[in-house]
Amino acid sequence: MDETVAEFIKRTILKIPMTEMMTILKAWDFLPENQLQTVNFRQRKESLVQDLVLLCESKRASLRDAALLDIIYTQFHRHQKVWDVFQMSKEPGEDVDLFDMERFKSSFEKILRRALKNVTVSFRDAEENAVWIRIAWGTQYRKPNQYKPVYVVYYSQTPYAFTSFCHLKSNAPLLSQKFETHNSTMPLQETLELDMHMDSRIIHENRIEKERVQRVTQETFGDYPQPRLEFAQYKLETKFKSDFHGGILAERKEPLRCLIKFSSPHLLEALKSLAPAGIADAPLSPLLTCIPNKGMNYFKIRDK
Amino acid sequence: MVTRPSVLPLRAGLPHFERSARTSRAAVRPPTGMSVLRPLDKQPGLNTATILLVGTEDALLQQLADSMLKEDCTSELRVHLARSLPLPSSVDRPRIDLIVFVVNLHSKYSLRNVEESLHHVDATFFLGKAAFLATGAGRESHCSVHRNTIVKLAHTYRSPLFFCDLEIEGFRATMAQRLVRMLQICAGHVPGVSALNLLSLLRSSETPAPEDL
Repeated sequence: MDETVAEFIKRTILKIPMTEMMTILKAWDFLPENQLQTVNFRQRKESLVQDLVLLCESKRASLRDAALLDIIYTQFHRHQKVWDVFQMSKEPGEDVDLFDMERFKSSFEKILRRALKNVTVSFRDAEENAVWIRIAWGTQYRKPNQYKPVYVVYYSQTPYAFTSFCHLKSNAPLLSQKFETHNSTMPLQETLELDMHMDSRIIHENRIEKERVQRVTQETFGDYPQPRLEFAQYKLETKFKSDFHGGILAERKEPLRCLIKFSSPHLLEALKSLAPAGIADAPLSPLLTCIPNKGMNYFKIRDK
Repeated sequence: MVTRPSVLPLRAGLPHFERSARTSRAAVRPPTGMSVLRPLDKQPGLNTATILLVGTEDALLQQLADSMLKEDCTSELRVHLARSLPLPSSVDRPRIDLIVFVVNLHSKYSLRNVEESLHHVDATFFLGKAAFLATGAGRESHCSVHRNTIVKLAHTYRSPLFFCDLEIEGFRATMAQRLVRMLQICAGHVPGVSALNLLSLLRSSETPAPEDL
């Protein structure tokens, strides 16, 4: 058994409160009843966990099994998560498709794998035609982070899907795209937000300007999530230009050098949010917005 | 560093008020009549109190506005949000009873924006109908505007200064409460208390001015 899988199982079991331990392990159904009976459930939790992990190792638990345990734990602790609701709407004139759960699961997984290289997808059916989907995201070069998964609970006979996002808000449109192959989605949350802003006692004096900024931002960055970038660097080398004749620096022969480095967990999304947040004017400097077009994030700026 | 604004500071003492108000109005830079905000150029609306929040951080202003409107209030509240002054002439607006200039201490841009907007406000607003609100002081490491800078600015305009981290819901709710009460007074809805009364009250409990130390 992989070390990372063992660690993941260990941490998941450690989270389970002792009162729920038996129930959850039985629901998992990975360790058979007779083996569970050989374990001393009265010992200290750390030792109990160690014993359980050893048992899992002997049964060669896989990442799939570990992910399933994580789903079960989350199902028991669903109230600890914050869930967003998405409502799927049908285009007028579309027929109601007969829903095939198995087909949905396999096409969902296929689409995700095609879009992202490193991703772990797990399913578990639940009560009332609900399916719990667990997705662990990675990046092109990194294995999926099993400790920050996203959950989607989809009730197949209804137009509703519940999602719990951690910090990966940028993946939201991607995820909802997956549902678009079956239905078109419209985040309920967004409509609620709109209503809040519609309080007629609040007047935006600069509404027109705000709309312009939104439009310009959308034209520049588009609607979909930005590529994930963590830093950009600009090197500037120029001679000092001054309006004041005979300033001290005007006569300097050596060019001025300057280095600016931007770093962020998600630089392009941060740049996209600058103008709407009121921190910068729109449109942004082309030096910043050209990054995805040029495919560069190291720039040298010199005098013409 | 705060540059000296073109409005001359109004010294305390009513007898001097008329004179200094006139000189300060002369000293207020340009604009034409339309783009300077005046407190008494419109009729008040029946039982209506209007506050204008000026600041670059739209999301924070919006949240503060929402918090204010949650308050129970006998007056009909209106909240106008503006990025900067002068206000666009295209909007039909009621008389403004209170202006709050919101500065984010994490952003020099937000301070500069407020400093420039101040030039478009008639001096009589600074007789209790204007206030400053500084947000972000809680995260000192993020502050690029020094606390003293905003203290001096508020002192120069002889207006109250509030520190409140608007991002924190509890603090924001308390601040919203204070602003609603202040707004009602400035709109004349509280019998026996005027904006100027309130200003004197607030001032007398203030720490001495930096230059007086």
